[in-house]
Parts: sequence; structure tokens; C-alpha cells
Amino acid sequence: MFQLLNTILIGITSGAIYSLMAIALVLVWRSTRVVNFAQAGQALLSTYIGFEVIQRFDSYWIALIVAIVAGAAVGALIDVLFMRFLFSRNTQGPIAGVAPIIATLGLLGLIRGGIGIFLGNTEASIRPPVSNVGFTISGHTLAFSPLKFLIVGAVIFLMLALSLIFQRTNIGLALRASAYAPEIARLAGVRVDGIRTLGWALAGAAGAAAGMLQTPNGDGGLSPDSLDFSLLLVFGFIAAVIGGLESLIGAVVGGLLLGLVLAFVLTYVSGSLVFIIAFMVLILVLLLRPSGLIGAKRGRRA
Amino acid sequence: MTLIVSDLCVDHGAIRAINRVSFRVEQGQLAAVIGANGAGKTTLLRSLSGLGHAASGHATWHDHNLLHAKPEKLVRYGVSHVCEGKSVIPELTVEENLNLGALWRKDAKEAKATRENILETFPRLGERLSQLADTLSGGERQMLAIGRALMSKPQLLLLDEPSLGLAPLVIAQIFQNIRELTDEMGLTVVLVEQNAMSALEIADIGIVLNLGRVAATNSAQQLIADPQVRAAYLGY
Ligand SMILES: Nc1ncnc2c1ncn2[C@@H]1O[C@H](COP(=O)(O)OP(=O)(O)OP(=O)(O)O)[C@@H](O)[C@H]1O
Ligand SMILES: [Mg+2]
Repeated sequence: MFQLLNTILIGITSGAIYSLMAIALVLVWRSTRVVNFAQAGQALLSTYIGFEVIQRFDSYWIALIVAIVAGAAVGALIDVLFMRFLFSRNTQGPIAGVAPIIATLGLLGLIRGGIGIFLGNTEASIRPPVSNVGFTISGHTLAFSPLKFLIVGAVIFLMLALSLIFQRTNIGLALRASAYAPEIARLAGVRVDGIRTLGWALAGAAGAAAGMLQTPNGDGGLSPDSLDFSLLLVFGFIAAVIGGLESLIGAVVGGLLLGLVLAFVLTYVSGSLVFIIAFMVLILVLLLRPSGLIGAKRGRRA
Repeated sequence: MTLIVSDLCVDHGAIRAINRVSFRVEQGQLAAVIGANGAGKTTLLRSLSGLGHAASGHATWHDHNLLHAKPEKLVRYGVSHVCEGKSVIPELTVEENLNLGALWRKDAKEAKATRENILETFPRLGERLSQLADTLSGGERQMLAIGRALMSKPQLLLLDEPSLGLAPLVIAQIFQNIRELTDEMGLTVVLVEQNAMSALEIADIGIVLNLGRVAATNSAQQLIADPQVRAAYLGY
């Protein structure tokens, strides 16, 4: 009984972090039609910045905020300095669709390599800001601690905030319009270039939050070739695809679903199967519901 | 305020789609641009709204140079363009499509009044505000596309084939709407149409394009009466 409950709790916590990464990927996909593999690098860089802030000010909370702001800035910079240039150079031909995506892979290598050169020798780790010792109920230890509570709460807060921005504000309307139909958005007066940069910034912020929340939840260690961040990218991507790549809600549902499935596999089957199962979930969803579980409901198309 | 186009040339790669085109449209006038498929009508409109790039020539509206300017800037000068094919965003609701046109406006109250006006002209949109634009019929979509353009408080309205794919009755209705809006709002309108006769009937002046050149330009009545134009473009 407790094992079942704990499995669900573990699934929800890790799923929440995947959701955040999935949200980051969806934001960039929606605003530029690019699958941003560099997101893992951006998240890692932002988390390193958070680590540096903790070294100086000894406060996880300040570091979290700085990392999120830095993540947004890095995302915006990548768009302004790199993606815009790439898109203006590369408008036609069979390569046009894939070039930006391959470019983000290159960027991922670049960021990780850069971190390796400049920060590779520092022993970096982030300790949990609040206890990660599970709550106990009548002698049993739950797999749910103040830290995990913080993680789930932060993800819910960020998701609600982003959904509100998208659905209820003028900026959100401009973001959606630019993603769906850039030409019509421009004719309506939306400065699409700036709006796209904003999409990259929001994504960078979400990725940074994912990195800052994930690290203390694991062993706390940070390294340039961190496997945790690679997995975060892969699982975030799978979650985003499960959710249909287009919707924030879909990303969260996809993340939680994946987190739960993997937690059950880990507890009841075998830890060595987690990776395979993750990809099996991806393939199953693609085969059965290619537009994702939350795939767009379509009315008439004519 | 006058729309003045002179010696405009626009290329698509090696093709010169618009070749030394000149015309003027006075404020408050409705100009119909007619011509066969591939005559260059869409290319002409796109170069006036900032979506297309001109090779040479001039186009000015009021004091503003229309060439080499971005559409998001031109809309702030009062230029609104409804593209060929229903120019709405199917993933957004009717209301959001309308609001989109007014996003850049600072005058929220006035924008609201504009919206009331548009909903009076197109009551069917008012009944469907929270519906996805995807669920609208072709005619309703065209109304929404025009409504979205009007939300931007245009002075110069560029319409690309609003009759495309619509039933004759709906076309008549939309054309009547366009004429009334032109007069009520004091708009200057460039109406591109395949449906030459219906367009000329509501227009003040007509411009006939043929293979990227102006083949004839005159008052709409005189074009309708011109035997050559009748034979070539009006089909009788
Ligand atoms: N993006 C493009 N690339 C290459 N050629 C183009 C492009 N767009 C238009 N053309 C060519 O330019 C010419 C004019 O096209 P345009 O779309 O302006 O015609 P149109 O008068 O609007 O036709 P229709 O009534 O069919 O809409 C055509 O010969 C067309 O093939
Ligand atoms: Mg056309």
C-alpha cells in the first residue's frame, strides 16, 4: 500500500520536472517551429549560474530567481544573435526545415563544451534549500518531502502563470498569433520578431527552473556532461510529444504520465528498463495518436 | 490623402510579375483591380502592405512610403491588408481574431467602439464570438478577416479576392458591406477581384491588369461600358 503511494508520489515529482522541460520545448516549438535541443545546455548553464550565486550569497532562493532571469536572457540572446540570423540566411531548399534544428544540436555541444572549459574543474553541487527527508505517517516514510512539495508547487505555479499569460493577456494573444500565422499577425501589427524572442525567453526561464529544481532533488552534483540534464532533455522531449507539442497543458499531462509510468517501472519491474520503456511510450503514442494525447481538436478545415 | 503608385516593378525570381504599374486612388474611393489568374494582382497588393518586396518604383500613401516598410509598421500608418484566402487564424476564437487587429492600438475605448461597429455590420460574428474561427463557414471567415482588418482602424484597406470560394448571394452581401463600410468610415479601398463585374459595379474606378501591366484604367462605369474590356474581362 505504502509502496504504491510512494511510487505515485515519486512519479508526480519527477513528472513535474519533465513537464517543466516539456513546457520549455513547447514554447520554442510553438513560436519558431524549432525543436530546441540546446534547451538542455541552456538549463545547465542557468543552473551553473545559480550555483555561482549560491557560492556568493548563500541563498538558494536568490539563486533560483537569478537563474530563471539568466535563463530567460540566454534564451533571448540565442534567438537574437543566432536563430534570427539563421532564419534570414536560410529561407529555401530542403535544408531549410532541418537546419535550425541541427543548429540547436550544435549549440548544445557548444554550450556544454564552453561550460566544460570554463567551469569544468570546479566541484559544483547544489544542496536542497529545504529538507529532502520524507514526511512520516504512522511510522512509514513517504517519498514526499518538503523539497518535493516545493518542486510540485513551483511547477503548478509556473504552469498556471504561463497559461494565464497565454490565454488572458494581449501578449499571450500576440504569442499565439505569431506562432500560428506569422504573416497575419504581422498584418495585424504584431512585431513578430520581438514576440518570438519573448517565446525563447519564457522557454529559457522554464528550462532554468527545471534545472534548478531537479539538481537538489537528485544527488545535487553538477557537471558539464551531466547525464541528468541529458535525461531531462530526452524525457522532456518525450513528454512534449506525448502532449502533442502544441499545448502547455499537454506538456504537463505528458510529463506527469511519463513520470508515473517510469516510477512504476522503476519500483515494480527494473531500473534498467526505464530508458527503454520511456522510448516505448513515445513510440506507442506516436503510433496510436500521432498528434499526441492532447492533440488539437479540429473542427472543419475547409 | 491619396494612394499613388508609380512605375512599380515587382519580381518573383526571374519573372517580372508587376511591370511599371502606375495608378492613383483618391481618398474615399474604392478601386477595383481586375485581371486574369496570374495577372499580378496579389503580388501588387502584397508589395503595398509590406509583405512583398518591390524591385523599383514608388508607392506612397499620404506621406508614407509603402515600399521597403514592414507590415507591422504600415498598419500603424493606417494600411490594412486582407490576404487572399480567408485571412483568419483558425486556432483562435472569433473574438481573439478581432482583438488581434487592435492589439497595437492604445485607445482601448475607441477600439471597443470599433468592435461594436463591426459586429453591427456583421451580426453573425457577434453570435459566434467564443467559437474557434475554424468552425466558421467560408463567408463568415471572410467577414471575420475583413473585421480583423477594420479593427486596426485602417484608412487604406487592401482586399484580396474577398469573394473567393463564396456563393453568389454571399458575394453580393459582402460586396455591399464593403461599399457601405467605404462610405461610412471614409476608407480608401483597393479591391482585387476575379469577379470583375461585381467588383466594378461597386467600385469608383477600375484598374485592369494583364500580365503584370496596366491594360486599362478608368472610372468603373466607363470600364463596364468599354467593349474591349467587356470582351476580355467581363465575358460578354
Ligand atoms: N512566390 C512566388 N514565386 C514565384 N512566382 C510567383 C510567386 N507568386 C506569384 N508568382 C508568379 O507571379 C505571377 C503573378 O502572380 P499573382 O499571384 O500576383 O497573380 P494573381 O493576379 O493574384 O492571380 P490569381 O487571380 O490567380 O490570384 C504569376 O505568374 C505567378 O506564377
Ligand atoms: Mg491572387
